[in-house]
Amino acid sequence: MQLVLTEDQELLAKTARDFVAARSPVSRVRELRDRGDATGFSRALWKEMAGLGWLGIPFAEEHGGAGLGMAELCVVMEALGRTLAPEPFLSTVLLGGQALRLGASAARQAEWIPRIVEGDAIVTLATSEPRGRFEPCHVETHAEAAAGGFRLTGEKSQVLDGHVADLLLVPARTRGAVDDAAGITLFALRPGAPGLTIERQSRIDGRNAALLRLTDVRVSAADVVGEPDGGAPIVEAAIARASVGLCAELLGAMQAAFERTLDYLRTRVQFDAPIGSFQALKHRAAREFIAIELSRSAVLAAARAVDAGDDEAARLVSLAKAQCSEAAILVANESIQMHGGIGMTDEHDIGFYLKRARAAELSFGDAAWHRRRWAELSGY
Amino acid sequence: MPDLDVFRAELQSWLAGNAPESLRGRGSSALDGVWGGRKWVFDHPDQKPWLERCAGRGFTAPTWPREYGGGGLSSAEAKVLAQELARLRMPPPLIGFGLTMIGPTLLRFGSEEQKREHLPRICRGEIRWCQGYSEPDAGSDLASLQTRAVRDGDHFVVSGHKVWTSYADECDWIFALVRTDPAARKQEGITFLLIDMDTPGVSVRPIKLISGSSPFCETLFDGVRVPVRNVVAEIDGGWTVAKALLGHERSMIADAFGAGAGGTTRRQGLAELARGYLGGTGELADPLLRDEIARMEMDTRAFLLTVQRSRDAAKAGQQPGAETSMFKVHGTELNMRRNELMVRIAGPQALGWEGPGFDEEELARTRDWLRSRGNSIEGGTSEIQLNIIAKRVLGLPD
Repeated sequence: MQLVLTEDQELLAKTARDFVAARSPVSRVRELRDRGDATGFSRALWKEMAGLGWLGIPFAEEHGGAGLGMAELCVVMEALGRTLAPEPFLSTVLLGGQALRLGASAARQAEWIPRIVEGDAIVTLATSEPRGRFEPCHVETHAEAAAGGFRLTGEKSQVLDGHVADLLLVPARTRGAVDDAAGITLFALRPGAPGLTIERQSRIDGRNAALLRLTDVRVSAADVVGEPDGGAPIVEAAIARASVGLCAELLGAMQAAFERTLDYLRTRVQFDAPIGSFQALKHRAAREFIAIELSRSAVLAAARAVDAGDDEAARLVSLAKAQCSEAAILVANESIQMHGGIGMTDEHDIGFYLKRARAAELSFGDAAWHRRRWAELSGY
Repeated sequence: MPDLDVFRAELQSWLAGNAPESLRGRGSSALDGVWGGRKWVFDHPDQKPWLERCAGRGFTAPTWPREYGGGGLSSAEAKVLAQELARLRMPPPLIGFGLTMIGPTLLRFGSEEQKREHLPRICRGEIRWCQGYSEPDAGSDLASLQTRAVRDGDHFVVSGHKVWTSYADECDWIFALVRTDPAARKQEGITFLLIDMDTPGVSVRPIKLISGSSPFCETLFDGVRVPVRNVVAEIDGGWTVAKALLGHERSMIADAFGAGAGGTTRRQGLAELARGYLGGTGELADPLLRDEIARMEMDTRAFLLTVQRSRDAAKAGQQPGAETSMFKVHGTELNMRRNELMVRIAGPQALGWEGPGFDEEELARTRDWLRSRGNSIEGGTSEIQLNIIAKRVLGLPD
């Protein structure tokens, strides 16, 4: 496993950085929020990203993809993370897209993946419920057998891009107790299905999310993704990849926030000196640098381990998530502190980095959750 | 490469006849190594022949020029030598600051006479060197050193007090930074001087640490007469030499971390250790300790991945990246945290200094913890390292 980018990956990184810098400044986050944009991202930009081949990176060539992996996708996600770009990579390319790629029938994949790759379909996966905290297998939403299929009742919270999704992948319990991994079935739902309400939620990080309420939503056996009762492995595999992608985004975000803060330290003058000359701030900045470098290594390793199907992949995903969550919070907190009063204003962009860092930390397991997982996977 | 293959084949046959079987697998930790010098006592009968045979071929300093006792090997050949020694698990025939510090310094800055006088004796393990830099009043601010060297004809008369000189009581010569011009700006009045420890006026006192005995010493100079020809490079130009050597030392430390030294790779697992004291199987009974152990392992892994990333970049022909600047400060802190955690896991059994009621490992772990408090201080304090990162990597203003 080489922890350096190949030449192709370096080129992709440069293209992505240049595109994002020119076309998706962080100010978009405030603009989209303030005008109450119904979609929450730019479909035109999404199509352009599709045109650049970004959406197809982890999908098979037969579906119009590039047949590459997390290593390449993370390069793009990092670039997007630099300016907190809101386009639906996490929901569509990672959560929904990977669930389809890893668990859906050939027919369903052929129906949806090409449309994802072209930027014509938004697909998402519901990974949390209000009382589930970080457990993807905490599924209270239940599926009762009914003529030719099932009736689904329950609630899914913060479904990413759920308000504009063309396809919603929803885990429901067909057997077992609320926290059992076995007995979860993954269902494919269309918006507008009777009994399904989708309400857009407003999150601190402006990430587009929706609350789903299901009341006796009728689905057929054909709407099962993968095998009945066998949904947990698909959901977990999709979450693992989404976690790595989110970590890559965090890496870009923390790097960008750090750079802005370093600029500020070099230029802001108080007591007749640039504040970056004060040793206390120098040392704290150096600590942030260390945290970012460690995060970069963890993301590189996790992405490559997932691509290689390494035995250690699960541990390395947990390492990346724990490391990046804590580092991003550190950098975001320090960035606001070092900017002083203006860092606390909505007008300044730096606050968005804190909101994104917190949201990312509290998605797919926080650092403590992942340390428990590391211990479990390590046998203690 | 045919020449390299010929070299390897010849080397293999030489090793077959000259590398004592008894030393194979003996490891290369400082405790087992041959430091050499006038006072040296070999602790295994085959170490002397191994040293002499290697010295005869110049293998103690493989890449140094042959005329100074080195092997005159190219770096590719030196790599082959290292591989063949590793294959037989042979320890290096000689270690020490002569090979790693003063030798390369003389090769770069020394006069022809100095090279001819000192390098062959280093290569043969006849002379052992120590470093005289720090003083009681000059630690992080090394340039403020006060050991005085006053010119008297063909000699300098040296008086002063060096501290933290490792193994000074076992060494034959010392390379020291002395002040030759007190009127100049502090960096510009320093001279790099080679001093024979047997010269009248040199005395040595060992330093005991909070962890017990240590290789550190104080070295006192009381009117020591040193020939002017023992000045390396220019009089008053010693700071340049010292900086080059410090830089070299830092990259050695970084490399050492890369090779897994600095205590970041461990023999016994923390969870295993905890089970020994907490009992039970399965999930560790103490959830807070479990979290701390996981955190320690994960942080260590993130660091090792960073070291690996830096090596991968070097192999790919890239310039050393900024991440290397954090190896010393972060690597030492991880080591200290680990030592601390191990002691806390052991609970009251970690309180033994010596004697009954504590096993050897417990006593060693406690000494290691005490000793490790110095890791963030020696070789450039963590505070200085952070200053360097802030200035050189982050471009923050003075």
